[in-house]
Amino acid sequence: MEISMNVNGDDVVRDVEPRTLLVHFLRDHMGLTGTHWGCDTSNCGTCVVWVDEEPVKSCTHLAAMAGGHRVKTVEGLETADGLDPVQEGFIQCHGLQCGFCTPGMMMTARALLDRNPDPSEEVIREAISGQICRCTGYSTIIRSIQWAAAKERETSVSLEGSVA
Amino acid sequence: MQVPAPFEYERATSVDHAIALMERLGDEARIVAGGHSLLPMMKLRLAMPEYLIDINDLVDELQYIRFTEDEVRIGALTRHQQLLESDELAAIFPIFRDAEKVIADPVVRNKGTLGGSLCQADPSEDLSAVCDALEAKCVIRNSSGQRVVEMHDFHRGPYETAVEDGEMLTEVRIPIKPNSSSAYHKVERRAGDWAVASAGAAVTMNGDVIADGRVGLCAVGPNLTNVQPISDALRNQPPSEELYARVGEIAAANASPATDTRGTAAYKTHLAKELTIRSLRKAVARATGQEI
Repeated sequence: MEISMNVNGDDVVRDVEPRTLLVHFLRDHMGLTGTHWGCDTSNCGTCVVWVDEEPVKSCTHLAAMAGGHRVKTVEGLETADGLDPVQEGFIQCHGLQCGFCTPGMMMTARALLDRNPDPSEEVIREAISGQICRCTGYSTIIRSIQWAAAKERETSVSLEGSVA
Repeated sequence: MQVPAPFEYERATSVDHAIALMERLGDEARIVAGGHSLLPMMKLRLAMPEYLIDINDLVDELQYIRFTEDEVRIGALTRHQQLLESDELAAIFPIFRDAEKVIADPVVRNKGTLGGSLCQADPSEDLSAVCDALEAKCVIRNSSGQRVVEMHDFHRGPYETAVEDGEMLTEVRIPIKPNSSSAYHKVERRAGDWAVASAGAAVTMNGDVIADGRVGLCAVGPNLTNVQPISDALRNQPPSEELYARVGEIAAANASPATDTRGTAAYKTHLAKELTIRSLRKAVARATGQEI
């Protein structure tokens, strides 16, 4: 079947089997291997991408179901202005070691900060509770997200200041 | 790599369209909403439908939480996240927020739906116990109209429901009763896991006595249905720790859990008792204004 969707801002059309999972569509059909394929059972969360700005586990989502929708992957985080603050935070605060969970963690973190610019540690822990990291013990991931939140708050304050 | 067996995919453009497709395709067709129960089963080839009818576009028809004077009506396509975030729902039925906080994880809750949870009919599924405790009714539609089935009759056994071929669950209706409240307690091994065991309680007070009380149990037997002897024991009794303890014993006596990786049968039986006590205690405290 033919499906069309918007992936990271680009409209794409592909011919796929209806049973194609979104994670394999992104990796194998689109070549976007930033989205990782992990447990295959919607437990580990490394496959998290956005469908219409909402994080979903792409191993448990048909590509066909994403047809007509906007999909965003970790490759879509960086903008013309550079890395997303969440990506910067993971660099600054050692938010990863092996990097396997990182794309899913960052997509969930970005979605969280878009809804809540100043999340408490508890809120961050809850937000990433469906994702597994076996390297960091989560503490540095939480610090990375807090770093990004702080940077964005700073930026928005200075922007408001410049407007005034 | 887990991939479902081949199937044909179609998107429903309306509830009538979905029902027409289901009627034509019979038991070879399944409805997919959030997909977080069906797709894992398809990946394991435990389910191999030949046709998948995607109802995710039917937001206008099937995704809502509506409040009337005497009941709340929730569309089958309402997501867990929406049930968790609704302050109005939590104000009337705090059991929903109690349960939704511990159902799966936030990313899964973005997709999973009320209708999907109930239709999966997994004995460990939380919302079935919630709806059971609240005496919910399920609206099932087919091409000739709709019928309303009591929650008690909705689950026929593990993974079996009253929804027949050519039909779909479209709405859940929950009666609003004055002087009532509810609570849910779950024990899980880690965040987002299925329950080792859980219990949900709903009570209606009449002055100082419990006029009516119900407890729904989860993961402690093949059937989730409300434990009738508990309701009998609670009727017109003043709340007390002794009453809760007696009712907890009834829950334990009616539980028939299996020993598995989540715990031994003895441990789960103990949980059935203890979680029944805790959820009743909390429901009564909420109904009498001692706790939120």
